[in-house]
Amino acid sequence: MADVAVSFTQRAPAVPEVHVLWITAGLGCDGDSISVTAASQPSIEDVLMGAIPGIPRVHLHNPVLAYEVGDEFMRHWYAAERGELDPFVLVVEGSIPNEDVKAEGYWAGLGTDPDTGQPIPVTQWIDRLAPAAVAVVAAGTCATYGGIHAMEGNPTGAMGLADYLGWRWRSRAGIPIVNVPGCPVQPDNFMETLLYLLYQLAGMAPMIPLDGALRPTWLFGQTVHEGCDRGGYYEQGEFAAEYGSPKCLVKLGCWGPVVNCNVAKRGWTAGIGGCPNVGGICIGCTMPGFPDKFMPFMDEPPGSRVSSGVSGVYGGVIRTLRRLTHDTADKEPSWRRRSTELHTGYHPRY
Amino acid sequence: MGSLRSSAPDHDLEHLAAESLADYLTNALERRPRAQAKHARPGEAAATPRLPLAHKETEMTILEEQEAQRKPLVEMSWDPITRIVGSLGIYTKIDFENRQVVECHSTSSIFRGYSIFMKGKDPRDAHFISSRICGICGDNHATCSVYAQNMAYGIRPPAIAEWIVNLGEAAEYMFDHNIFQDNLVGVDFCERMVRETNPGVWEKAKRTRAEHAAEHGYRTIAEIMSALNPFEGEFYREALQVSRYTREMFCLMEGRHVHPSTLYPGGVGTVPTMQLFTDYLVRLARYAEFMKKVVPLHDDLFDFFYQALPGYERVGWRRTLLGCWGSFNDPQVCDYRYQTMSEWGRRMFVTPGVIVDGRLVTTDLVDINLKIRILLGSSYYEDWEREERFVDKDPLGNPVDHRHPWNQTTIPRPQKRDMGAGGRYTWVMSPRWLHDGNHLALDTGGGAIARLATTALAGLVDIGYVRATGEGVKIHLPKTATKPEVELEWKVPEWSNAIERDRARTYFQAYACACAYYFLEQAMSELHAGRTQTSTPFQVPEQAIGCGFHEAVRGVLSHPLVIRDHKIANYHPYPPTPWNASPRDLYGTPGPYEDAVQDTPIFEENGPDDFKGIDIMRAVRSFDPCLPCGVHVYLGPGRTLQLTHSPMFGAPR
Repeated sequence: MADVAVSFTQRAPAVPEVHVLWITAGLGCDGDSISVTAASQPSIEDVLMGAIPGIPRVHLHNPVLAYEVGDEFMRHWYAAERGELDPFVLVVEGSIPNEDVKAEGYWAGLGTDPDTGQPIPVTQWIDRLAPAAVAVVAAGTCATYGGIHAMEGNPTGAMGLADYLGWRWRSRAGIPIVNVPGCPVQPDNFMETLLYLLYQLAGMAPMIPLDGALRPTWLFGQTVHEGCDRGGYYEQGEFAAEYGSPKCLVKLGCWGPVVNCNVAKRGWTAGIGGCPNVGGICIGCTMPGFPDKFMPFMDEPPGSRVSSGVSGVYGGVIRTLRRLTHDTADKEPSWRRRSTELHTGYHPRY
Repeated sequence: MGSLRSSAPDHDLEHLAAESLADYLTNALERRPRAQAKHARPGEAAATPRLPLAHKETEMTILEEQEAQRKPLVEMSWDPITRIVGSLGIYTKIDFENRQVVECHSTSSIFRGYSIFMKGKDPRDAHFISSRICGICGDNHATCSVYAQNMAYGIRPPAIAEWIVNLGEAAEYMFDHNIFQDNLVGVDFCERMVRETNPGVWEKAKRTRAEHAAEHGYRTIAEIMSALNPFEGEFYREALQVSRYTREMFCLMEGRHVHPSTLYPGGVGTVPTMQLFTDYLVRLARYAEFMKKVVPLHDDLFDFFYQALPGYERVGWRRTLLGCWGSFNDPQVCDYRYQTMSEWGRRMFVTPGVIVDGRLVTTDLVDINLKIRILLGSSYYEDWEREERFVDKDPLGNPVDHRHPWNQTTIPRPQKRDMGAGGRYTWVMSPRWLHDGNHLALDTGGGAIARLATTALAGLVDIGYVRATGEGVKIHLPKTATKPEVELEWKVPEWSNAIERDRARTYFQAYACACAYYFLEQAMSELHAGRTQTSTPFQVPEQAIGCGFHEAVRGVLSHPLVIRDHKIANYHPYPPTPWNASPRDLYGTPGPYEDAVQDTPIFEENGPDDFKGIDIMRAVRSFDPCLPCGVHVYLGPGRTLQLTHSPMFGAPR
């Protein structure tokens, strides 16, 4: 790909190139990397092939897609540590294990230390690379808040990246940890966030706006309920009693009213799919409290008994009133019929 | 299908030139360590083993022979292996003089602990949690978990719900095989890689016409290879786009990918409407059109490798020991009861079975279930012979072994990694299948080859769109916008090797596509008949056992569940990768990755200094390794783990 030396439409980005070093080797399932291949707004190839004007050229180092193998692949990590890959964005996927709860050994390793012949713990890579990164992004709920592997009874002491580095941590460019939760992360949510950071690095956007849990505000500022296309059923007091009903699912386990997530609104991929909007109860997978505070998933959330009770009463009244109005709206005006006379209210002068 | 042409080889493997391929394969079998039973290959009498001319008539392994002759071996490792899912390291010893891999060990470096933290949880959470075992095929886990729960709770879903699940799982196969084959494996066959590893082959590719150019549009093999270049190749980019609309198909049925939202025990939450099935159908038709191009494209590419590099059959070759646990239940027959499992298992639209040396020895899920054994030997665990037995007898009264997953207790024992003889070196255990007194190291070949082979040999499936013939499978893809109806035929290959595993993957994409047309017809007839209820009410019993059998994309998947006091008492899922990535067991039998890579000949033109190990990579990736599934068991608190690695060639400074 030729570098764009001269552009009539764009000014050169503040940094011409940026590397993305993606560690998948937290305690994870690689689901966020796979999810990102589903993104189309923008897609990975849109970003890597320069389809978006004005942003830096991006070099992606992710093991799921990488051309190189083994040592050849790992040399980028060593180069980043030595400052040769500047600037780079560090993306972390998978829960951060607690390597301190035992005397030696590792829960998660990546590559091998050439001096000791031992695997290098992922936490050590984070220690080496986070200070050198221009920004650090946690992709998926495991990396943001610990997620599934951090549930009660777990043996590894897993946690999120902000628990590990500190919630007030800032990169050397002054950027906080950017959390993009989701189990897995919704494809376009991640790519949109990455794109925002690229705009920011290019000097085209201000500091990325994050909420108290370090989530991009424009993506996580609404609840599932506020974006769910079944919200109307809730308001009318109509609740599903069995899975497969098109009605509101709060009585069957859906936590939508209290979960920060836009999937019910934007769908899962290209607007298709999602959770309660398509019949899947929301299990709160974007939230710091996931999964423990939402289990058992298929039980009615305690608060919803109250709210659905209230809504049931209000909704019953409203539905009756709406039925009356609807019956009227469902009939044509009386003058639309065959006749030798006009009954529309027009007085002809012919 | 692969056929050997008689053109002169680019690489003169002199010491093997005197043998025919058949001799080589027979002798390779006979050179195995004693522990493996020796079976005659199909069609052959059990003759006295013949050894190749270059070797003495002994039972030594290749390694012992080499050491006896003091040939220098180079230790080479690839850690991490990229373009797979999860953490895998391959450690080998290579004889560059004879251009052969002599020894191989596979290890994984991440531990999470599902079997531990799932204990004591509500069983209804099992499928949501176990989905997270895998980030590309999690829905296979969720589905299998729901199957196990159905059995444990004594319920079955309404027919339309079963068809919806089948449609979702078919979409998963269509998506996953596509992205793995063309965006991950395909890079091993792309122009850039071939130029860097076998420039002679690249030159040949430029001169070789693609036999099916009319169907796929690429005139030469070199054009196909260029189209596979990462990001720059047009076919690579097209495959990424296909991976998106196939996931749309998946999301229509199962809500979101990879961890589904709409699956529940006893049914689904998906609302069946004309819109739902129409939205799926239009995308399915695009995929069918795509596959009419992709199947001949891959046939041309894979057949070229056999022609350009005679002997490439040996890359990733191992004895044919395939396992498939079946996929796609038929709601007319499947009631999820253990008592009838043998019958409804045989009615799955991918037939379960075990193939030993080319012969189908069973299609009975009860038989399959009872003979699963989890062995140790090279894994970091203590045995559980003295631990609690959860299940004495299965629901039919058959005794259940202590080494069956129902009765497994995971007791990790972290220690130094030791790849020497008899040493322990990995967290993956050794699942085996007991047959005629032998603990067989079954493999799935990455899933597709085993599924197609068992279905073909069983000869049971016939839904018009696909039909098992007894020696192969016929697949009919209906007319699409610009292409007529097409019949494809996959025949059980002679070899269980890298190329045939990869070829089978493409054919299975077409198989899943054809099945989906049938599932849509069935689903829509339920819809039109007004049978639109998609769920079944249930209660979690105080005590129960269940087992789910399914095919993850990469192969066999079983979820054995034990419930006590309404909670999960034991849960030890066995996905395909523990089978494929298993190490040497206590009987000395190596695991499939290990024995498939061992004895793999080196065709790469680079010497030790710039060696990429491409033939080894092709062998490993043909199994479609997925390591989150391989190591989901845990390392206990307060235990130590020390690993040492053999010195690596080309370690970074």
